[in-house]
Amino acid sequence: MADLQVNIAGVAFQNPIIAASGTFGFGREYGEFYPLSTLGGISCKGITLAPRPGNPPPRIAETPGGMLNAVGLQNPGVEHFIKNDLPWLKQQGTVIIANIAGNTPEDYCQMAERLSDTDVDMIELNISCPNVKQGGVQFGTSCSGVEGITAAVRRHCKKPLMVKLSPNVSDIAEIAAAAESAGANVISMINTLTGMRIDINTRRPIIRNNTGGLSGPALLPVAIRMVSQVYQRVKIPIIGMGGISKWQDAVEMLLAGASALQIGTAFFTDPYAPVKILDGLQEYLDKNHIASVTELTGEMIPWQP
Amino acid sequence: MKYDVMLCKIIAKKQLTADIFDLTVEAGELAKAAQPGQFAHLYVPGKTLRRPISICEINRAKETLRFVFQIRGEGTAWIAGACPGETLDILAPLGNGYSLGNTRQKAVFVGGGIGVPPLLEAAKHFGQNATVLTGFRNEESVILKEDFEKNGNRVLVATDDGSFGYHGLVTDLLNDLKFDVLFACGPSPMLKSVCKIAAARGVPCQISLEERMACGVGACLGCACRLKKDGREFYGHVCKDGPVFDSETVVWEG
Repeated sequence: MADLQVNIAGVAFQNPIIAASGTFGFGREYGEFYPLSTLGGISCKGITLAPRPGNPPPRIAETPGGMLNAVGLQNPGVEHFIKNDLPWLKQQGTVIIANIAGNTPEDYCQMAERLSDTDVDMIELNISCPNVKQGGVQFGTSCSGVEGITAAVRRHCKKPLMVKLSPNVSDIAEIAAAAESAGANVISMINTLTGMRIDINTRRPIIRNNTGGLSGPALLPVAIRMVSQVYQRVKIPIIGMGGISKWQDAVEMLLAGASALQIGTAFFTDPYAPVKILDGLQEYLDKNHIASVTELTGEMIPWQP
Repeated sequence: MKYDVMLCKIIAKKQLTADIFDLTVEAGELAKAAQPGQFAHLYVPGKTLRRPISICEINRAKETLRFVFQIRGEGTAWIAGACPGETLDILAPLGNGYSLGNTRQKAVFVGGGIGVPPLLEAAKHFGQNATVLTGFRNEESVILKEDFEKNGNRVLVATDDGSFGYHGLVTDLLNDLKFDVLFACGPSPMLKSVCKIAAARGVPCQISLEERMACGVGACLGCACRLKKDGREFYGHVCKDGPVFDSETVVWEG
């Protein structure tokens, strides 16, 4: 049996399949289907310093091969997470990643400091949420913004620091390099692509926020391309996500340069998606006599021009 | 088990109106766990999101679930095209159903259009103590009248064009009735009006809501609805906090 374990920035994951932030809450709902130790890790719902009510509905629209969402970072706040969710999560036998978002650099720093004193295994810096006016993406779309926020948080963060990148930029490799130079230990990518759908009868955007973040299978080729570009640019590990819904997608993402993967929208189509992806991945490795999943990372053989 | 995914065999199918279909599936443990007013999330090949469909009837002994649903788009059209003998991938039972309370109380059920089916199982428990008021566009779109009558319920029908039963709004029929408890499902204007009447009469009222939904289990926070509790307003979620809510907790927009 091939080895599915991966080590990312000193954190041991029993397998490379991680639940993506915002699709998995704090784990309890999907814990009804299978033990959460089935997963390599969980990136928890994005949290902010103070509780956030989220956006008015509708927050969801289906799209060809995917969906738009504009939840707007509805969450109970960092203290509630630490007190009510983290103790339970830590008993589930999987890696726990806290995803943090803020309005100001100070918010991010304060949360990173607070979470550094807890049992979370890793902190994911959400500077790519497209659905809130402040809190995220304004820091994530320029090199100077990414460098500034990453460096500031780095000074307050004692945990391995992962920076989650937005695809809504012209050169994602530049952005990744900025995060790396400012002290990020891991890159996670990609967040959703900003999109819109219009109700042709009312002429209103379906989503109350007008725009939303596109996720799902439609995103996969964009994510694969971007991960491949970033892999060629930075030395720190990449956790790849964006439209992975079956094991073949997972293998593709690893070959593009990811060391581990996040699964998100696939849960909505099939709550058992991670179990099926892991089974398929295991079989692929065994069939091809590959001893460890780590041997796939970045092993795409590009055509020479 | 609270809920799970299961491949369920279709054992019966009927077309009730031009766009409303009636499916019964073998659902094993899912049927045993289901409560009136809960819903199921049906997988459609090639679609990213499942389709939330309310549970119309539960047969625990036969372990079957019945769904009566309307074709709203490509997804529901695909489900309507499935035939007996084929299987559907179903995630169920989801959400909180109706709290029936004392079934010897005088209950009135108010349903509008495709909001009628989720009331059938709940009304069954009240038998002759329930009056069911159903509203439809016209005679051709009347559904489930005989099914409620089989429950022992008294059924009154209203149509928008007067082609069947009372000519006017289904909520008009509440005026002449006395009741201890109200249950409703249907379009927002109807629900809003039912809630108003319940509040004016001081009668407890439970309503079933719908919203565009993704995960169905309370993880993604997509299907937000405005609620109030202890004087504080917040966004709850139709899939996990509902789909059935106490009318007093719902905040209406506009």
